[in-house]
Amino acid sequence: MYKWDFAAVFIDFDLLLLGLLNTLKVTGLSLTLGVPLGLFLAVCRLSRLRLIGPLAGFIIEFFRTTPPLVQLFWFFFALPILIDVRMTPFVAAVATFSIQSSAFFAEVFRGGIVSVEASQWEGARALGMSYIQLMRRVILPQAVKRMIPAFLERSIELLKTTTLVSVIAYSDLLFYANDLAQKTFRPLEIYTITALIYFCVIYPISMLVRVLERFFNRSGESTVA
Amino acid sequence: MTEILRIENIHKNFGDLEVLKGIDLSVAEGETVVILGASGSGKSTLLRCTNFLEIPSSGKVFLRGDLIGEEDPTGSMGYQESDLTHVRQRMGMVFQQFNLFPHMTAIDNVMEALVTVLKQSRSDARRTAMDQLDSVGLADKADEYPARLSGGQMQRVAIARALAMSPDIMLFDEVTSALDPELVGEVLKTMRTLAEGGLTMLVVTHELGFAYHVADRVVFLHEGRIYEEGSPKNILTDPKKERTRDFVRGHLQFSIPSHGES
Amino acid sequence: MEYQWDFLSIVDNWNLLAIGLLGTFKIFIVTCVIGLSLGLLVGIGRYSRAWSIRLPAAVFVEFFRNTPVLIQIIWFYFALPILVPFEINAFTASVMGIALNTAAFSADIYRGGIQSIDRGQWDGGRAIGMSYLQTMRRVIIPQAIKRMLPPLTNRGIEVFKMSTLASIVAYAETIHQAKLISESYFNPIESFSVVALLFFVVLFPIVQVTYLLERRFGKSD
Repeated sequence: MYKWDFAAVFIDFDLLLLGLLNTLKVTGLSLTLGVPLGLFLAVCRLSRLRLIGPLAGFIIEFFRTTPPLVQLFWFFFALPILIDVRMTPFVAAVATFSIQSSAFFAEVFRGGIVSVEASQWEGARALGMSYIQLMRRVILPQAVKRMIPAFLERSIELLKTTTLVSVIAYSDLLFYANDLAQKTFRPLEIYTITALIYFCVIYPISMLVRVLERFFNRSGESTVA
Repeated sequence: MTEILRIENIHKNFGDLEVLKGIDLSVAEGETVVILGASGSGKSTLLRCTNFLEIPSSGKVFLRGDLIGEEDPTGSMGYQESDLTHVRQRMGMVFQQFNLFPHMTAIDNVMEALVTVLKQSRSDARRTAMDQLDSVGLADKADEYPARLSGGQMQRVAIARALAMSPDIMLFDEVTSALDPELVGEVLKTMRTLAEGGLTMLVVTHELGFAYHVADRVVFLHEGRIYEEGSPKNILTDPKKERTRDFVRGHLQFSIPSHGES
Repeated sequence: MEYQWDFLSIVDNWNLLAIGLLGTFKIFIVTCVIGLSLGLLVGIGRYSRAWSIRLPAAVFVEFFRNTPVLIQIIWFYFALPILVPFEINAFTASVMGIALNTAAFSADIYRGGIQSIDRGQWDGGRAIGMSYLQTMRRVIIPQAIKRMLPPLTNRGIEVFKMSTLASIVAYAETIHQAKLISESYFNPIESFSVVALLFFVVLFPIVQVTYLLERRFGKSD
């Protein structure tokens, strides 16, 4: 019978917490940059100008279809040579995940706006509202409500994807876990606890998403706020 | 005349809400019984308890004199799903929303139970199914999918599907309520033909005209109980009780008077 | 200094890349088969009347949906061998991690697909005397499958992308080989660009098919 020994984990638990903090830093910063960028891409995508729509579309498709690890390696190993810049793991990570998540957020934005029924547009137009007025007072309030669960889900996905940064030696939670596992020769305890830490952070947000989804389904359409 | 269906003291609760408060009803062979009532009076629930799509909270159902389910010493009823499945093979039901299988053609819909449940060969089943579709006037639509049929046609296919099993009794649950007005007539006409052909029918409907002309007996349900019962003429043209009168009057307030119709 | 583009070394070493592509496909096929079938079992398990089956199924789904795949792979590669008396190689660990993750997600897809079928279809089947199983088999599942195709295809695409994680435990799949080439020939730009394009070229048509399916059959997840 294997003798479990969690003491090794708890001696260096603060390292794991530091890693968790770094994980959250990368996620948070990538989100802060990715969301506005996603909005920009979505607007471009919906634009009626000749080249911008398809170009934005291509960027979105490219970053949604290629694996994040490939993107990360490209940003960390290839880009520095191309533009002659020294790239730290942190910068490479944030750059990769901002753009990658922005592609997904762009689709969330577009889906949200498109999902508001055409009848809402007609109803607002029939009242004599201008495009900006109806966007602001009728369409966006309804669209935003629908997008919130999808946003949170994408953010959770991002949090899970950031584990990749450990591969380019950024000191996130997984990186320290690897480190400790090698030092203490107790990979079983270390990795089990690490998995549990991720679970404890992600699961509540997941639950929140589900509660919000049910809440929005029940309350029906938003009124003109 | 043989009694096909007997319902004794059926109660049905949904949580705290008691929908059926003790229903006694009997349907003889060849009889067409129409159940009328306001929304929420329990009409659909009664029908669904008859073929056990809902299990009654208490009370008994007899089909051709056989008790459905087992009674335990304390007097409460126990039901085995396999028994209920068999019971449903002997009763046919047609729904307000048709509930045709969209991934099968009309004839496949009608054949389905014959092949899957009665284990008939596909050729035998096909022949029976074609006869049934023919009897509802849809032989030419046999290979169409439900999506290509009108509401009235879909409902007639649904009737054919239920009839294909040669049930002892047919249950109709507001089968015209979801149809466009101009399609209601063709379905009612089909039902009338079936009634005149001797089919035993228990019909929940809002179509008072159909009840008047086709029913052998009319039952008015109010708040989960049988409030008044009698011949169509009595209930519809000369109701004795107050609520029945209100109901009939409410339904007929916009009817167009015609000359010489009895 | 002018950058010297070097695509030639990639072409020269195409056999290295080919090994990687083969590795990627191996992971993809095995994981999809195991993950999607296991997901079906778990999906059914969540419906079971016995809570001794329902509970573990729910816990399984929640845990593998809410932890990163990479930690699962690493756990299977480094931690599990300690508990079991046999070796676990990189391929097995990667497949286990990705397959269990896929199973958890597809369990919910199966559940959603079945629940999305109108209740009246159950009534229709039962009313003509079909048993629960017969109704499931002949009426519900044929309709549910169409609804489930878009999100299941999406899962397949995700599996393909996740296969790159196997490189982290040194399995010879595509990105692993590309990294090898880039380290030997000092041409990361060319190597990783080629790989990115490869993935894009392979996955983009499938993504388009998913959109088509979505339009025909309804929402993806």
